[in-house]
Amino acid sequence: MSKPKIEIRELTKVFGTKPEPALNLLRQGRTKDEIFQSTGLVVGVNKVSFDVQAGDIYVLMGLSGSGKSTLIRLINRLVEPTAGSICIDGQDVAKLPPAELVRWRRKRVAMVFQSFALMPHRTVFDNVAFGLEIPGERVRSYRDKVMATLDQVGLKAYAQKYPRQLSGGMQQRVGLARALAVDPDILLMDEAFSALDPLKRTEMQDLMLALQREQSRTIFFVSHDLEEALKIGTRIGIMEGGTLVQEGSPHEIVTRPANDYVRRFFKGVDTSRYLTAADLVDRNGPSPEAASFGAPHRLRATTALPDALRTVLGLDQPVGVFDDAERLLGCITAKSLLHKIASTRHVG
Amino acid sequence: MSADFLQDYLGGSKELLPLGALVNDGVKFLLAKGGSFFDVVGGGVESFATHVEVALLAVPSWLLIAVVVALGLWRLGWRFGLFALASLLLISVTGFWAQTMVTLSLVFSATLISLVVGVPLGILCARNDRFNALLRPLLDFMQTMPAFVYLIPAAMIFGLGRVPGILATVVFAMPPVVRLTALGIRQVNNEQVEAGQAFGCTSMQLLWKVQLPIALPTLMAGVNQTIMMALSMVIIASMVGAGGLGNDVLASIQRLDIGLGFESGLSVVLLAIILDRLTESFGARSVER
Repeated sequence: MSKPKIEIRELTKVFGTKPEPALNLLRQGRTKDEIFQSTGLVVGVNKVSFDVQAGDIYVLMGLSGSGKSTLIRLINRLVEPTAGSICIDGQDVAKLPPAELVRWRRKRVAMVFQSFALMPHRTVFDNVAFGLEIPGERVRSYRDKVMATLDQVGLKAYAQKYPRQLSGGMQQRVGLARALAVDPDILLMDEAFSALDPLKRTEMQDLMLALQREQSRTIFFVSHDLEEALKIGTRIGIMEGGTLVQEGSPHEIVTRPANDYVRRFFKGVDTSRYLTAADLVDRNGPSPEAASFGAPHRLRATTALPDALRTVLGLDQPVGVFDDAERLLGCITAKSLLHKIASTRHVG
Repeated sequence: MSADFLQDYLGGSKELLPLGALVNDGVKFLLAKGGSFFDVVGGGVESFATHVEVALLAVPSWLLIAVVVALGLWRLGWRFGLFALASLLLISVTGFWAQTMVTLSLVFSATLISLVVGVPLGILCARNDRFNALLRPLLDFMQTMPAFVYLIPAAMIFGLGRVPGILATVVFAMPPVVRLTALGIRQVNNEQVEAGQAFGCTSMQLLWKVQLPIALPTLMAGVNQTIMMALSMVIIASMVGAGGLGNDVLASIQRLDIGLGFESGLSVVLLAIILDRLTESFGARSVER
C-alpha cells in the first residue's frame, strides 16, 4: 500500500485557554468525564490516530458530542489542535504559520457544511466562485470553471438566482459546487446531507459517488447515519467520547463490531445486506470436499447476500464458497443461511 | 449613629460628593489643554457641514422634490411617492423649505460622522469581548443622558453654531449604529464564518466578504435609528444655534405661537417619515435585482 494521504497522530483537542492540566490527566489515561469533573475542561478529541489513503471516502461516525465535528475541523484547523500532528502529503498542517495556513486552505482543501453556509447576498454563481475569488483571481479567469462546476451538479440554469430561491437540496448542490470549484484534493464534508429529506439525501449521495468516479478525491465525511456510511464509505471510523473506538471497511464494521456502542448504530439498519457469501459459511457443519461442488453449486466469497440467497434457495442443496484462489472456505445450506441472517439482524 | 443622621445625609439635598464641580473642572481642563485639538476637529466639522448645507440649498427645490419622489416610487411604490410629493409641497408652500434643508444637512452631517466613527466601533465590539464589555455602559450613558446636557460642554468647547450642535447630535445618535453593527456581525451563522475561513479568507476578507454583507440588514436598521435620533437631536441643538427648523420650534415656544409651532413641527414630522421609510427600504434586502 502506498504512503497514506493523511496521517493523523495523537491528535488532541482540549477546549479552553489553559489546557495543560487536562493534557496531563489525559497522559495518565483518565477519561473525558473524569477530566471534566476534576478540571472543568472539555476534551473534544482525545489522542486520535489514523490514516486516510488517497481516493478514500473516510466516513467518521459517532453520536452527537462524540467529537466527530471537532475532528473534521481540526483537519483544516477551523479548530486549533491542542496536541498531535496532521500530516498531509508529508506536511504537518498543525504546524503551519497563519499566512501559510491561509494559502494551504485556498489550494488544497474545501469544506461542505451541514447548514450549507451559503452567502445570502451572493448569487449562486458568486457563491460557487467564492473560493476562486478569495485568492484574488479575476472573474474572467474563472467564469468557465464556475459554469462547468454548476453544470456538474445540475444547476447551470440557476446561476443568477439567490440561495433563498432554491430548495434545500439545491442549496447543498451549491455548497458542493463551491467546494468542487477550487479543485481541492481533500474534501471535508460535515454532516453534509443530514439536513436533507431522505429522497434528496440519497440523490446527493449518488451525485457525490458519481463525481468521485469522474475524478477521485480524498473525502472525509462526518455522518451519524450508518446507512449513509455503509453506502458511501470506503473506510469507516467510529468515535465515542473523543476517541476512535473502531476503524475498518464497511464490511468489517458490520461483521465485527468492536463493542456495544458500535452495535447501537445497527439499530433499525438491515446490516445483513452488507454480508457476503464468506460471512454466510456454516462453520459448525461438516467440512466438505472441494471437489464435491459442481458448476452451479459454487459461489464466490464476495457474492452479496441477495445473490447467495437466490442460488442456495434455488438449488436446495449445499453450495460451496470459494475465494479468489479457488480455495474452499466452507459450504452454505438453506438452514445455515437462515441462522446467519437471524443472528445478524439488529432490528428493534 | 442615629436614623436622623442617615436621613439628613442620604435623603437630604446636601451634596456630599461634588460630582458636578469635578465635571466642570474636567471640561475646563480639556479646554485648557486640548484647545488646538478641538479647533482642528471643530474646523473640520464646520467646513464639512457648511459644504453640505450650501450644496443642499443650491439644489433647486423642484429637483430635490423630484428626486425624493422618484426614490419613493422606486423603493416603496406609488402611494409613498404621492405622500412624499404632498409632504414636500406642503413644506414648500408653508415657507419652511430653506429651514428644512438646513435641518436635513445637519442630520446628514451628524449621521455621516456617526457612521464613520460608529461602524468601526461596532466591528471592534463584535470581535473583542473585552472592548464590548467596556463600551456597552458608555453607549448606555450616551443614549440615556438627557440630550440637552450634551449641549453645555459642546457649546463651551466649540462655541455656538453648527459644530456643537452636530457633535452633540453625534454623541446622542451614534449608539444604535454601534450596537446594531456589533449585533449584526455576531448574528452571522457560525458555519458561514467557518465557510469563509475554510476557503482561505484572511481576517479582513472575512469581514468584508462575509460578516459585513450578511450583517448589512441589521446594520441598516442601526443607520435608520441613528438618522431618527439625529433628527430629534438637531431640533434640540437649535438651543446652541445649530439653526434650521429647530429655530422656529424654539421661537414658537418663546412667543407661545401655536401656529408657528405646528407648522415647523409638522415639517419635522414629514421629514422624519420620509427619511425613515426611505432608509428602511434600503435595509430590507431585495430578493431579485
